[in-house]
Amino acid sequence: MNRFEITAQAIDPDVFRQRLLDPACGAYVQFDGWVRNHNEGQRVLRLEYEVYEPLAVKEGQGIIDEAIERFGVNNACCVHRSGLLEITDLAVVVAVSSPHRDAAFQACRYIIDETKARLPIWKKEHYENGEAEWVNCKHHGPGSSTIPQANL
Amino acid sequence: MKNIKVRYFAAYREETGIGSETVNTGAGTPAALFAECATRHAGLQSYSAALVAINDEMSDWNTALCEGDEVLFFPPVAGG
Repeated sequence: MNRFEITAQAIDPDVFRQRLLDPACGAYVQFDGWVRNHNEGQRVLRLEYEVYEPLAVKEGQGIIDEAIERFGVNNACCVHRSGLLEITDLAVVVAVSSPHRDAAFQACRYIIDETKARLPIWKKEHYENGEAEWVNCKHHGPGSSTIPQANL
Repeated sequence: MKNIKVRYFAAYREETGIGSETVNTGAGTPAALFAECATRHAGLQSYSAALVAINDEMSDWNTALCEGDEVLFFPPVAGG
């Protein structure tokens, strides 16, 4: 199994412990990201993840390799959902096994933070009032893009 | 002039109404290409940050474009 995966199927949170079980490890940390029913004051009914899978998988694998190298943990994996998710569904799981707990916590935090910041994954929230919006993509008015304008 | 395939994702796809297009362009970098595309697709101008990839590798906005490149414009990401 790859250490980073995108899946359109429901994630089973109970398989990762066995997958990473290691006699050399005294610590196991797992982060479960759930779909919650509100964001910035709005009631959220469901979520939709769009993923550009070829690059998400490649970059995701790179993030896990970085975490293993940087924090010296024995093993780590991450699975992220695509498609339509309901409230309380699992959106993402990060699991880390390590000889000691500090490195396991740090590596887990690193993987989820980098996953949110670097992977080509987009989240569309569907609200109670019937509207839907891409998260982090609020309009700022024409001409306000901060994409570098150098070397045009 | 170069032929470049441009792909749009998520909010960009919805703003442009297309998933991809092939453009014949004098733009030398993704930044210049994005600016050019935004003149045709006004909705692209209204986002505050974004990522770019070339031929399935994350790139930066000032990388030199080559004939036949596939440029992927990613609106602000929101995984997790």
